Amino acid sequence: MQAFINAKHTEEIIFTRGVTESINLVASSYGRAFLNAGDEVIVSGLEHHSNIVPWQMICEERKSVLKVIPVTAVGELELDAYRKLLSNKTKVVAVNHASNSLGTINPVKEIISLAHQVGAVVLIDGAQASAHVHIDVQELDCDFYCISSHKMYGPTGTGILYGKKELLEKMPPYMGGGEMIKDVTFAKTTYNDLPYKFEAGTPNIGDVIALNEAINFINNLGKDAIAAHEHELLVYAADKLAATKGVRLIGTAKEKVSVQSFVIEGIHHFDIGQMLDTRGIAVRTGHHCTQPLMDRFGIEGTVRASFSVYNTKAEIDQLVEGVERIIKFLK
Amino acid sequence: MSIAQAQDEIISEFSLLDGDMEMTVFYIMELGQKLPAMNENDKTEDNVVKGCQSKVWLTARLENGGIVFEADSNTAITKGLVSLLVRIFNTQKPEDILNADLYFMSKIGMERFIGTQRSNGFAAMIKQMKLYALAFKTQTELAK
Repeated sequence: MQAFINAKHTEEIIFTRGVTESINLVASSYGRAFLNAGDEVIVSGLEHHSNIVPWQMICEERKSVLKVIPVTAVGELELDAYRKLLSNKTKVVAVNHASNSLGTINPVKEIISLAHQVGAVVLIDGAQASAHVHIDVQELDCDFYCISSHKMYGPTGTGILYGKKELLEKMPPYMGGGEMIKDVTFAKTTYNDLPYKFEAGTPNIGDVIALNEAINFINNLGKDAIAAHEHELLVYAADKLAATKGVRLIGTAKEKVSVQSFVIEGIHHFDIGQMLDTRGIAVRTGHHCTQPLMDRFGIEGTVRASFSVYNTKAEIDQLVEGVERIIKFLK
Repeated sequence: MSIAQAQDEIISEFSLLDGDMEMTVFYIMELGQKLPAMNENDKTEDNVVKGCQSKVWLTARLENGGIVFEADSNTAITKGLVSLLVRIFNTQKPEDILNADLYFMSKIGMERFIGTQRSNGFAAMIKQMKLYALAFKTQTELAK
Protein backbone atom coordinates (compact mmCIF):
# COMPACT_ATOMS: atom_id res chain seq x y z
CA MET A 1 0.00 0.00 0.00
CA GLN A 2 2.89 2.31 0.75
CA ALA A 3 4.25 1.74 -2.75
CA PHE A 4 0.77 1.94 -4.29
CA ILE A 5 0.41 5.59 -3.23
CA ASN A 6 4.14 6.33 -2.96
CA ALA A 7 4.11 7.25 0.73
CA LYS A 8 7.48 8.12 2.24
CA HIS A 9 7.14 6.02 5.39
CA THR A 10 5.32 2.77 6.08
CA GLU A 11 3.99 4.15 9.38
CA GLU A 12 2.10 6.80 7.43
CA ILE A 13 -0.39 4.11 6.38
CA ILE A 14 -3.14 3.50 8.94
CA PHE A 15 -5.62 0.72 8.32
CA THR A 16 -9.23 1.73 8.88
CA ARG A 17 -12.64 0.40 7.86
CA GLY A 18 -12.53 2.60 4.79
CA VAL A 19 -12.78 6.22 3.67
CA THR A 20 -15.67 7.03 5.99
CA GLU A 21 -13.70 6.01 9.06
CA SER A 22 -10.55 7.68 7.75
CA ILE A 23 -12.32 11.02 7.35
CA ASN A 24 -13.99 10.69 10.73
CA LEU A 25 -10.62 9.93 12.27
CA VAL A 26 -9.05 13.09 10.87
CA ALA A 27 -12.08 15.31 11.51
CA SER A 28 -12.30 14.10 15.06
CA SER A 29 -8.62 13.88 16.03
CA TYR A 30 -7.16 16.74 14.01
CA GLY A 31 -10.30 18.82 14.47
CA ARG A 32 -10.37 18.54 18.25
CA ALA A 33 -6.68 19.36 18.49
CA PHE A 34 -6.41 22.17 15.95
CA LEU A 35 -9.83 23.68 15.13
CA ASN A 36 -10.98 26.65 17.17
CA ALA A 37 -13.94 29.03 17.21
CA GLY A 38 -14.11 31.01 13.98
CA ASP A 39 -11.74 28.73 12.06
CA GLU A 40 -12.92 27.56 8.68
CA VAL A 41 -13.14 24.18 6.97
CA ILE A 42 -13.66 24.09 3.20
CA VAL A 43 -15.37 21.20 1.44
CA SER A 44 -16.77 21.12 -2.10
CA GLY A 45 -20.22 20.81 -3.61
CA LEU A 46 -19.12 17.54 -5.22
CA GLU A 47 -18.60 15.73 -1.93
CA HIS A 48 -20.11 12.46 -0.80
CA HIS A 49 -22.00 12.78 2.50
CA SER A 50 -19.08 11.05 4.20
CA ASN A 51 -16.85 14.03 3.38
CA ILE A 52 -19.48 16.52 4.56
CA VAL A 53 -21.12 15.19 7.70
CA PRO A 54 -17.94 14.49 9.78
CA TRP A 55 -16.84 18.08 9.11
CA GLN A 56 -20.26 19.46 10.01
CA MET A 57 -20.11 17.54 13.26
CA ILE A 58 -16.66 18.77 14.26
CA CYS A 59 -17.41 22.34 13.12
CA GLU A 60 -20.47 22.37 15.35
CA GLU A 61 -18.46 21.06 18.27
CA ARG A 62 -15.52 23.45 17.77
CA LYS A 63 -17.68 26.45 16.72
CA SER A 64 -15.88 26.47 13.40
CA VAL A 65 -17.42 27.37 10.06
CA LEU A 66 -17.96 25.09 7.06
CA LYS A 67 -17.52 26.67 3.62
CA VAL A 68 -18.37 25.10 0.27
CA ILE A 69 -16.65 25.37 -3.13
CA PRO A 70 -19.43 25.76 -5.72
CA VAL A 71 -19.84 23.47 -8.74
CA THR A 72 -20.24 24.59 -12.38
CA ALA A 73 -22.96 23.43 -14.77
CA VAL A 74 -20.71 20.72 -16.22
CA GLY A 75 -19.79 19.47 -12.76
CA GLU A 76 -16.38 21.04 -12.19
CA LEU A 77 -15.25 22.98 -9.14
CA GLU A 78 -15.19 26.76 -9.42
CA LEU A 79 -11.55 27.39 -8.66
CA ASP A 80 -11.88 31.18 -8.63
CA ALA A 81 -14.52 30.88 -5.94
CA TYR A 82 -12.22 28.50 -4.06
CA ARG A 83 -9.38 31.04 -4.15
CA LYS A 84 -11.74 33.62 -2.65
CA LEU A 85 -12.82 31.25 0.12
CA LEU A 86 -9.25 30.69 1.25
CA SER A 87 -7.94 32.92 4.04
CA ASN A 88 -5.82 32.70 7.14
CA LYS A 89 -8.95 31.40 8.88
CA THR A 90 -8.91 28.28 6.66
CA LYS A 91 -7.54 25.34 8.65
CA VAL A 92 -8.69 22.32 6.63
CA VAL A 93 -9.65 21.71 3.00
CA ALA A 94 -11.37 18.40 2.30
CA VAL A 95 -12.23 17.46 -1.29
CA ASN A 96 -12.49 14.31 -3.34
CA HIS A 97 -10.01 13.28 -5.99
CA ALA A 98 -12.87 12.08 -8.20
CA SER A 99 -16.60 12.59 -7.77
CA ASN A 100 -18.65 9.45 -7.19
CA SER A 101 -21.81 10.92 -8.74
CA LEU A 102 -20.39 12.71 -11.77
CA GLY A 103 -16.92 11.25 -12.22
CA THR A 104 -15.20 14.66 -12.27
CA ILE A 105 -11.48 14.40 -11.54
CA ASN A 106 -10.59 17.44 -9.48
CA PRO A 107 -7.35 19.40 -9.91
CA VAL A 108 -6.24 18.31 -6.47
CA LYS A 109 -2.60 19.29 -6.89
CA GLU A 110 -3.58 22.90 -7.46
CA ILE A 111 -6.19 22.77 -4.67
CA ILE A 112 -3.54 21.46 -2.26
CA SER A 113 -0.92 24.01 -3.22
CA LEU A 114 -3.38 26.91 -2.84
CA ALA A 115 -4.45 25.63 0.59
CA HIS A 116 -0.86 25.31 1.73
CA GLN A 117 -0.25 28.95 0.83
CA VAL A 118 -2.67 29.94 3.63
CA GLY A 119 -1.35 27.28 5.99
CA ALA A 120 -4.31 24.89 5.77
CA VAL A 121 -4.00 21.09 5.69
CA VAL A 122 -5.69 19.13 2.92
CA LEU A 123 -7.54 15.82 3.05
CA ILE A 124 -8.24 14.04 -0.23
CA ASP A 125 -11.08 11.51 -0.42
CA GLY A 126 -9.63 9.05 -2.91
CA ALA A 127 -12.46 6.51 -2.84
CA GLN A 128 -13.31 6.91 -6.52
CA ALA A 129 -9.76 7.50 -7.72
CA SER A 130 -7.72 4.68 -6.27
CA ALA A 131 -8.49 2.09 -8.95
CA HIS A 132 -8.41 4.53 -11.86
CA VAL A 133 -5.93 7.37 -11.32
CA HIS A 134 -2.22 7.41 -10.47
CA ILE A 135 -1.77 8.38 -6.85
CA ASP A 136 1.49 9.82 -5.61
CA VAL A 137 0.93 11.43 -2.24
CA GLN A 138 4.42 12.93 -2.17
CA GLU A 139 3.99 14.57 -5.54
CA LEU A 140 0.52 15.80 -4.62
CA ASP A 141 1.91 16.94 -1.26
CA CYS A 142 -1.48 16.16 0.34
CA ASP A 143 -1.63 15.93 4.12
CA PHE A 144 -4.19 13.12 4.24
CA TYR A 145 -5.40 10.67 1.60
CA CYS A 146 -8.22 8.17 2.12
CA ILE A 147 -8.90 4.92 0.27
CA SER A 148 -11.62 2.26 0.50
CA SER A 149 -10.69 -1.27 -0.45
CA HIS A 150 -14.10 -2.10 -1.95
CA LYS A 151 -13.75 0.64 -4.57
CA MET A 152 -10.64 -1.04 -5.93
CA TYR A 153 -11.70 -4.67 -6.29
CA GLY A 154 -10.89 -5.47 -2.64
CA PRO A 155 -13.18 -6.62 0.17
CA THR A 156 -15.62 -4.33 2.00
CA GLY A 157 -14.93 -2.97 5.47
CA THR A 158 -11.29 -2.09 5.06
CA GLY A 159 -9.24 0.77 3.69
CA ILE A 160 -6.57 3.22 4.69
CA LEU A 161 -5.78 6.65 5.92
CA TYR A 162 -2.51 8.08 4.68
CA GLY A 163 -1.24 10.97 6.76
CA LYS A 164 2.01 12.87 6.79
CA LYS A 165 4.10 11.51 9.64
CA GLU A 166 4.70 14.85 11.34
CA LEU A 167 0.95 15.56 11.36
CA LEU A 168 -0.07 12.13 12.59
CA GLU A 169 2.47 12.41 15.39
CA LYS A 170 0.94 15.67 16.56
CA MET A 171 -2.60 14.29 16.52
CA PRO A 172 -4.21 12.68 19.58
CA PRO A 173 -5.52 9.09 19.31
CA TYR A 174 -9.01 8.66 17.89
CA MET A 175 -9.97 5.44 19.64
CA GLY A 176 -8.57 3.91 22.81
CA GLY A 177 -7.95 0.22 23.35
CA GLY A 178 -5.47 -2.53 22.81
CA GLU A 179 -2.44 -2.20 20.53
CA MET A 180 -2.54 1.63 20.56
CA ILE A 181 -0.86 1.88 23.98
CA LYS A 182 2.70 1.76 25.26
CA ASP A 183 1.97 1.50 29.00
CA VAL A 184 -1.30 1.49 30.87
CA THR A 185 -1.72 2.23 34.54
CA PHE A 186 -4.86 3.60 36.19
CA ALA A 187 -2.97 6.82 36.73
CA LYS A 188 -1.80 7.34 33.15
CA THR A 189 -1.57 5.72 29.76
CA THR A 190 1.15 6.41 27.25
CA TYR A 191 0.49 5.80 23.57
CA ASN A 192 2.19 3.57 21.06
CA ASP A 193 4.10 4.81 18.02
CA LEU A 194 2.64 5.25 14.56
CA PRO A 195 0.73 3.62 13.00
CA TYR A 196 -0.42 1.63 16.06
CA LYS A 197 -1.53 4.79 17.90
CA PHE A 198 -4.44 4.96 15.45
CA GLU A 199 -5.11 1.24 15.14
CA ALA A 200 -6.83 0.37 18.42
CA GLY A 201 -8.16 -3.14 18.74
CA THR A 202 -7.60 -6.27 16.70
CA PRO A 203 -7.28 -5.25 13.05
CA ASN A 204 -9.14 -6.70 10.09
CA ILE A 205 -6.23 -8.95 9.15
CA GLY A 206 -7.89 -11.18 6.58
CA ASP A 207 -9.37 -8.38 4.50
CA VAL A 208 -6.09 -6.46 4.48
CA ILE A 209 -4.38 -9.54 3.03
CA ALA A 210 -7.12 -9.69 0.39
CA LEU A 211 -6.65 -5.98 -0.29
CA ASN A 212 -3.04 -6.72 -1.11
CA GLU A 213 -4.27 -9.11 -3.81
CA ALA A 214 -6.48 -6.34 -5.20
CA ILE A 215 -3.43 -4.08 -5.42
CA ASN A 216 -1.56 -6.84 -7.25
CA PHE A 217 -4.49 -7.20 -9.65
CA ILE A 218 -4.42 -3.47 -10.46
CA ASN A 219 -0.64 -3.36 -10.74
CA ASN A 220 -0.56 -6.39 -13.02
CA LEU A 221 -3.02 -4.79 -15.41
CA GLY A 222 -1.31 -1.44 -15.06
CA LYS A 223 -3.17 1.75 -14.21
CA ASP A 224 -2.40 3.30 -17.59
CA ALA A 225 -3.98 0.37 -19.40
CA ILE A 226 -6.96 0.43 -17.04
CA ALA A 227 -7.44 4.17 -17.49
CA ALA A 228 -7.16 3.94 -21.28
CA HIS A 229 -9.76 1.16 -21.51
CA GLU A 230 -12.14 2.89 -19.13
CA HIS A 231 -11.77 6.21 -20.89
CA GLU A 232 -12.60 4.63 -24.23
CA LEU A 233 -15.76 3.12 -22.74
CA LEU A 234 -16.69 6.40 -21.08
CA VAL A 235 -16.42 8.42 -24.28
CA TYR A 236 -18.32 5.75 -26.22
CA ALA A 237 -21.12 5.63 -23.64
CA ALA A 238 -21.37 9.40 -23.17
CA ASP A 239 -21.64 9.96 -26.93
CA LYS A 240 -24.25 7.25 -27.39
CA LEU A 241 -26.32 8.34 -24.41
CA ALA A 242 -26.13 12.00 -25.39
CA ALA A 243 -27.40 11.07 -28.86
CA THR A 244 -30.41 9.30 -27.36
CA LYS A 245 -33.45 11.56 -27.53
CA GLY A 246 -34.76 12.42 -24.06
CA VAL A 247 -31.50 11.68 -22.22
CA ARG A 248 -29.76 14.48 -20.35
CA LEU A 249 -26.21 13.80 -19.20
CA ILE A 250 -25.35 15.04 -15.71
CA GLY A 251 -21.63 15.64 -15.30
CA THR A 252 -19.65 16.39 -18.43
CA ALA A 253 -16.38 17.63 -16.97
CA LYS A 254 -13.27 17.54 -19.12
CA GLU A 255 -11.38 15.20 -16.81
CA LYS A 256 -13.45 12.27 -15.65
CA VAL A 257 -13.24 8.76 -14.30
CA SER A 258 -15.51 6.33 -16.08
CA VAL A 259 -18.96 6.97 -14.67
CA GLN A 260 -21.79 8.62 -16.53
CA SER A 261 -24.81 9.96 -14.73
CA PHE A 262 -27.97 10.80 -16.64
CA VAL A 263 -31.63 11.57 -16.26
CA ILE A 264 -34.55 11.16 -18.62
CA GLU A 265 -37.14 13.90 -18.56
CA GLY A 266 -40.44 12.57 -17.22
CA ILE A 267 -39.17 9.14 -16.18
CA HIS A 268 -38.14 8.44 -12.62
CA HIS A 269 -34.60 7.11 -12.18
CA PHE A 270 -35.88 4.20 -10.05
CA ASP A 271 -38.03 3.03 -12.97
CA ILE A 272 -35.09 3.20 -15.36
CA GLY A 273 -32.90 1.24 -12.95
CA GLN A 274 -35.55 -1.40 -12.44
CA MET A 275 -36.18 -1.78 -16.15
CA LEU A 276 -32.47 -2.13 -16.88
CA ASP A 277 -32.25 -4.69 -14.10
CA THR A 278 -34.73 -6.94 -15.89
CA ARG A 279 -32.19 -7.05 -18.75
CA GLY A 280 -29.36 -7.89 -16.39
CA ILE A 281 -27.82 -4.42 -16.49
CA ALA A 282 -26.67 -3.08 -13.12
CA VAL A 283 -26.68 0.68 -12.65
CA ARG A 284 -26.94 2.76 -9.54
CA THR A 285 -29.96 5.02 -9.08
CA GLY A 286 -30.72 7.71 -6.53
CA HIS A 287 -28.82 10.61 -5.03
CA HIS A 288 -25.59 8.61 -4.62
CA CYS A 289 -25.10 10.05 -1.08
CA THR A 290 -24.57 13.49 -2.63
CA GLN A 291 -27.83 15.29 -1.93
CA PRO A 292 -26.33 18.82 -2.01
CA LEU A 293 -24.95 18.06 -5.49
CA MET A 294 -28.36 16.84 -6.69
CA ASP A 295 -29.86 20.08 -5.34
CA ARG A 296 -27.27 21.98 -7.36
CA PHE A 297 -28.62 20.39 -10.54
CA GLY A 298 -32.25 20.68 -9.41
CA ILE A 299 -32.82 16.92 -9.54
CA GLU A 300 -33.69 14.23 -7.01
CA GLY A 301 -31.27 11.69 -8.37
CA THR A 302 -29.72 10.18 -11.46
CA VAL A 303 -29.07 6.87 -13.13
CA ARG A 304 -25.34 6.22 -13.01
CA ALA A 305 -23.62 3.76 -15.26
CA SER A 306 -20.05 2.82 -14.24
CA PHE A 307 -17.54 1.23 -16.57
CA SER A 308 -14.67 -0.88 -15.43
CA VAL A 309 -11.85 -3.07 -16.68
CA TYR A 310 -14.23 -5.96 -17.34
CA ASN A 311 -16.83 -4.00 -19.37
CA THR A 312 -17.13 -3.89 -23.14
CA LYS A 313 -18.60 -1.63 -25.82
CA ALA A 314 -21.15 -4.34 -26.61
CA GLU A 315 -22.45 -3.99 -23.05
CA ILE A 316 -22.81 -0.25 -23.52
CA ASP A 317 -24.81 -0.93 -26.69
CA GLN A 318 -27.13 -3.08 -24.58
CA LEU A 319 -27.42 -0.32 -21.99
CA VAL A 320 -28.38 2.25 -24.60
CA GLU A 321 -30.79 -0.15 -26.26
CA GLY A 322 -32.43 -0.75 -22.86
CA VAL A 323 -32.72 2.98 -22.24
CA GLU A 324 -34.27 3.49 -25.70
CA ARG A 325 -36.85 0.79 -25.03
CA ILE A 326 -37.86 2.38 -21.73
CA ILE A 327 -38.25 5.79 -23.34
CA LYS A 328 -40.29 4.30 -26.17
CA PHE A 329 -42.56 2.50 -23.74
CA LEU A 330 -43.12 5.32 -21.27
CA LYS A 331 -43.38 8.27 -23.62
CA MET B 1 -65.82 -10.00 -7.16
CA SER B 2 -64.16 -11.36 -4.03
CA ILE B 3 -60.61 -10.63 -2.96
CA ALA B 4 -59.60 -14.14 -3.97
CA GLN B 5 -61.27 -13.84 -7.38
CA ALA B 6 -59.49 -10.53 -8.05
CA GLN B 7 -56.17 -12.16 -7.19
CA ASP B 8 -56.87 -15.15 -9.42
CA GLU B 9 -57.68 -12.80 -12.28
CA ILE B 10 -54.31 -11.04 -11.82
CA ILE B 11 -52.48 -14.37 -11.63
CA SER B 12 -54.03 -15.53 -14.88
CA GLU B 13 -53.19 -12.25 -16.65
CA PHE B 14 -49.58 -12.43 -15.53
CA SER B 15 -49.28 -16.08 -16.54
CA LEU B 16 -49.68 -14.93 -20.17
CA LEU B 17 -46.37 -13.09 -19.87
CA ASP B 18 -44.65 -16.43 -19.44
CA GLY B 19 -42.18 -15.21 -16.82
CA ASP B 20 -40.52 -12.65 -19.13
CA MET B 21 -39.14 -10.16 -16.62
CA GLU B 22 -39.07 -7.15 -18.90
CA MET B 23 -42.58 -7.76 -20.21
CA THR B 24 -43.81 -8.25 -16.65
CA VAL B 25 -42.43 -4.93 -15.51
CA PHE B 26 -43.80 -3.21 -18.62
CA TYR B 27 -47.20 -4.72 -17.85
CA ILE B 28 -47.08 -3.51 -14.26
CA MET B 29 -46.31 0.00 -15.49
CA GLU B 30 -49.16 -0.24 -17.98
CA LEU B 31 -51.56 -1.15 -15.19
CA GLY B 32 -50.29 1.86 -13.26
CA GLN B 33 -51.06 4.13 -16.19
CA LYS B 34 -54.66 2.92 -16.09
CA LEU B 35 -55.09 3.76 -12.42
CA PRO B 36 -57.74 6.53 -12.11
CA ALA B 37 -56.08 9.90 -11.51
CA MET B 38 -55.88 10.97 -7.91
CA ASN B 39 -56.99 14.42 -6.87
CA GLU B 40 -53.86 16.61 -6.69
CA ASN B 41 -55.11 18.08 -3.38
CA ASP B 42 -54.94 14.62 -1.83
CA LYS B 43 -51.22 14.31 -2.53
CA THR B 44 -50.24 15.61 0.89
CA GLU B 45 -47.52 14.55 3.29
CA ASP B 46 -50.23 13.05 5.53
CA ASN B 47 -51.30 10.70 2.74
CA VAL B 48 -47.80 9.46 1.97
CA VAL B 49 -47.28 5.77 2.80
CA LYS B 50 -44.40 5.56 5.25
CA GLY B 51 -41.72 3.03 4.46
CA CYS B 52 -41.70 3.39 0.67
CA GLN B 53 -38.56 4.69 -1.02
CA SER B 54 -40.66 6.08 -3.85
CA LYS B 55 -43.47 8.45 -2.99
CA VAL B 56 -46.84 6.73 -2.71
CA TRP B 57 -50.01 8.58 -1.79
CA LEU B 58 -53.02 6.64 -0.58
CA THR B 59 -56.50 7.75 0.51
CA ALA B 60 -59.52 5.72 1.53
CA ARG B 61 -63.20 6.40 2.07
CA LEU B 62 -66.17 4.24 3.01
CA GLU B 63 -68.95 3.96 0.40
CA ASN B 64 -71.95 1.65 0.81
CA GLY B 65 -70.07 -0.48 3.31
CA GLY B 66 -67.02 -0.94 1.08
CA ILE B 67 -63.71 0.93 1.01
CA VAL B 68 -62.75 3.00 -2.01
CA PHE B 69 -59.01 3.50 -2.32
CA GLU B 70 -57.25 6.08 -4.43
CA ALA B 71 -53.51 6.05 -4.97
CA ASP B 72 -50.68 7.52 -6.97
CA SER B 73 -46.87 7.37 -7.02
CA ASN B 74 -44.00 9.37 -8.46
CA THR B 75 -42.51 6.27 -10.05
CA ALA B 76 -44.21 4.21 -12.75
CA ILE B 77 -43.45 0.76 -11.36
CA THR B 78 -44.59 1.60 -7.86
CA LYS B 79 -47.76 3.09 -9.30
CA GLY B 80 -48.35 -0.20 -11.07
CA LEU B 81 -47.75 -2.15 -7.89
CA VAL B 82 -50.15 -0.06 -5.83
CA SER B 83 -52.72 -0.31 -8.65
CA LEU B 84 -52.75 -4.09 -8.15
CA LEU B 85 -53.67 -3.63 -4.51
CA VAL B 86 -56.29 -0.99 -5.30
CA ARG B 87 -57.84 -3.38 -7.82
CA ILE B 88 -57.96 -6.23 -5.30
CA PHE B 89 -59.25 -4.26 -2.34
CA ASN B 90 -61.53 -1.65 -3.89
CA THR B 91 -65.18 -1.79 -2.74
CA GLN B 92 -64.38 -4.71 -0.41
CA LYS B 93 -65.73 -4.68 3.15
CA PRO B 94 -63.29 -3.55 5.86
CA GLU B 95 -63.54 -6.91 7.57
CA ASP B 96 -62.70 -8.82 4.40
CA ILE B 97 -59.67 -6.61 3.76
CA LEU B 98 -58.46 -7.16 7.31
CA ASN B 99 -58.77 -10.93 6.99
CA ALA B 100 -57.48 -11.10 3.42
CA ASP B 101 -54.82 -13.62 2.57
CA LEU B 102 -52.70 -12.14 -0.22
CA TYR B 103 -51.16 -14.93 -2.23
CA PHE B 104 -50.90 -13.42 -5.73
CA MET B 105 -47.40 -11.97 -5.19
CA SER B 106 -45.59 -15.29 -5.05
CA LYS B 107 -47.80 -16.72 -7.84
CA ILE B 108 -46.77 -13.96 -10.25
CA GLY B 109 -43.14 -14.27 -9.10
CA MET B 110 -42.99 -10.75 -7.77
CA GLU B 111 -39.90 -11.43 -5.66
CA ARG B 112 -37.96 -12.01 -8.89
CA PHE B 113 -38.49 -8.53 -10.25
CA ILE B 114 -38.75 -6.30 -7.24
CA GLY B 115 -35.84 -5.94 -4.86
CA THR B 116 -35.83 -5.94 -1.07
CA GLN B 117 -36.45 -2.22 -0.83
CA ARG B 118 -39.52 -2.36 -3.06
CA SER B 119 -40.72 -5.48 -1.21
CA ASN B 120 -40.59 -3.53 2.04
CA GLY B 121 -42.40 -0.65 0.38
CA PHE B 122 -45.05 -3.02 -0.96
CA ALA B 123 -45.56 -4.48 2.50
CA ALA B 124 -45.96 -0.93 3.82
CA MET B 125 -48.74 -0.26 1.28
CA ILE B 126 -50.60 -3.40 2.34
CA LYS B 127 -50.20 -2.46 5.98
CA GLN B 128 -51.56 1.02 5.35
CA MET B 129 -54.60 -0.39 3.51
CA LYS B 130 -55.28 -2.81 6.35
CA LEU B 131 -54.95 0.04 8.87
CA TYR B 132 -57.62 1.96 6.95
CA ALA B 133 -59.80 -1.15 7.02
CA LEU B 134 -59.33 -1.47 10.77
CA ALA B 135 -60.19 2.18 11.29
CA PHE B 136 -63.39 1.94 9.20
CA LYS B 137 -64.40 -1.32 10.89
CA THR B 138 -64.01 0.25 14.34
CA GLN B 139 -65.88 3.36 13.22
CA THR B 140 -68.81 1.32 11.89
CA GLU B 141 -69.02 -0.79 15.02
CA LEU B 142 -68.99 2.25 17.30
CA ALA B 143 -71.77 3.83 15.26
CA LYS B 144 -74.05 0.82 15.78
